[in-house]
Amino acid sequence: MEKRILIAGFGGQGVLFFGKYLAHIGMEKDLHVSWLPSYGPEMRGGTAQCGVVLSDAPIGSPLVVEPDILAALNLPSFLAFESKVKAGGTMIYDSTLISQAPSREDITVRGIPATRLAEDNGLKGLAGMILAGAVLSALPDIDQNVIAAAMRDNIPERKMDMFDANMKAIEMGMA
Amino acid sequence: MSEKILIKGNEALAEAAIAAGCRHFFGYPITPQNELAAHMSRRMPQMEGVYLQAESEISAVNMVYGASAAGVRCMTSSSSPGISLKAEGLSYLAGCDLPAVVVNVQRGGPGLGGIQPSQADYFQATKGCGHGDYRMIVLAPNSVQEMYDHTYASFALADKYRMTVMILTDGLLGQMMEPVEVAGGEQTVFDKPWAVAQGKDKQVVNSLFLKPDALEKSNLDRFAKYRRVEDDEQRYEGYQLDDADIVVAAYGASSRIARNAIDEARSRGIKAGLLRPITLWPFPKTAFAKAAERARAFISVEMSMGQMIEDVELAIRCSRPVTLCNRVGGVAPDPKMILDAILEAKEKAI
Repeated sequence: MEKRILIAGFGGQGVLFFGKYLAHIGMEKDLHVSWLPSYGPEMRGGTAQCGVVLSDAPIGSPLVVEPDILAALNLPSFLAFESKVKAGGTMIYDSTLISQAPSREDITVRGIPATRLAEDNGLKGLAGMILAGAVLSALPDIDQNVIAAAMRDNIPERKMDMFDANMKAIEMGMA
Repeated sequence: MSEKILIKGNEALAEAAIAAGCRHFFGYPITPQNELAAHMSRRMPQMEGVYLQAESEISAVNMVYGASAAGVRCMTSSSSPGISLKAEGLSYLAGCDLPAVVVNVQRGGPGLGGIQPSQADYFQATKGCGHGDYRMIVLAPNSVQEMYDHTYASFALADKYRMTVMILTDGLLGQMMEPVEVAGGEQTVFDKPWAVAQGKDKQVVNSLFLKPDALEKSNLDRFAKYRRVEDDEQRYEGYQLDDADIVVAAYGASSRIARNAIDEARSRGIKAGLLRPITLWPFPKTAFAKAAERARAFISVEMSMGQMIEDVELAIRCSRPVTLCNRVGGVAPDPKMILDAILEAKEKAI
């Protein structure tokens, strides 16, 4: 099993945190994992993306060029990466921010109004984690213990008061 | 097995240095190595060590020169253009036979270049980047775990041979995160009778020899030491190498990508294998010579315009065709182009 996952959006949407969460999920499951961010000018307020690889074998390239799963958090990412998703793969996107209809018919497509759901449920800023929940539902054998343990590892100690909100966002995305 | 932590390659380098007893770090900011210095700035005060951001790369390397002469384990890090600035200091370190660990998290060049990953400083690292006859031991990790392990080992190597050990890595490995086991083991402590220190008799650490005979002797002695390093410290990893007809040579980030291409070639029944130098100097000549006994062709996969390929050709005495498969300027090769190079080499050679 090897899943190559690309997460892309604006800086500030929690793209890197999203990716680190998936990497921690992989570690909880004793998988090989890699996490590779875009860096440089993007980090200073443009686009942000990161590639995560989860595999039961040692990982060769950490570059995610043709993702099995794409999480698109904004329109530029949706436009740039929809065509890159591997045939048979999955695209998950924030349909509050992306009103355009997907064009691929050979992939599974899930539009989730994550930004609206986050605002309606007191989870402002956690739209990304709602989409992360949707990514988890596209991965095999993810149970509640793994979801919670990875979250504890992923949230820095000083922000542990955000644990419950993050868990709620994940659950919404998995539903 | 101890617990694994998820950290960036740059942070793993810093942690490994601290674990190895490095308490003196001198740096200057440059992307894509900044996380290393930033991590040191947080950790060194906790360890009662010295973190000093110098006013330039040149100052930083000369602070290493001074700290090393005083006998302590010390380190500096930078990325490509900054390493060029350190070149003079690296030559002086060699001329004084001082141990030091220097990290280059490579970015695209020449000039200011770009900030994306590159391997274009291979010549600079392996052929001596400053003036004069000298060598550095050059270690090339290819995972975040190896960033930790090789850095941890580098301080003892530097002390053992009184040489600079360069960790030659790149923006991809520096920026990526992987789980790391921070183990370590015992560090050998080296007696340093040559070091200058308070309360000791006068010691001179110097690279100036105005009498040609004395300078010649210092060079000859140093090169006798380098020959021992060449005999004892060649390191490499083979993957699917034993029966390989086509041998892919790659180090660092590009070796990981090459591994995917080799798996794909094997699934098509092509006997391709990877010979990954871990020490770029001393280059693992013996392993290459042995691989050439069976292999029909070699491919050098690089993120440079054909630098390591020269060492591959030399190591196998040009006894087999060697082709170049590369991307540059901050672009990494993809497995498909490496697979195509393997298919082409097979077509021509077999």
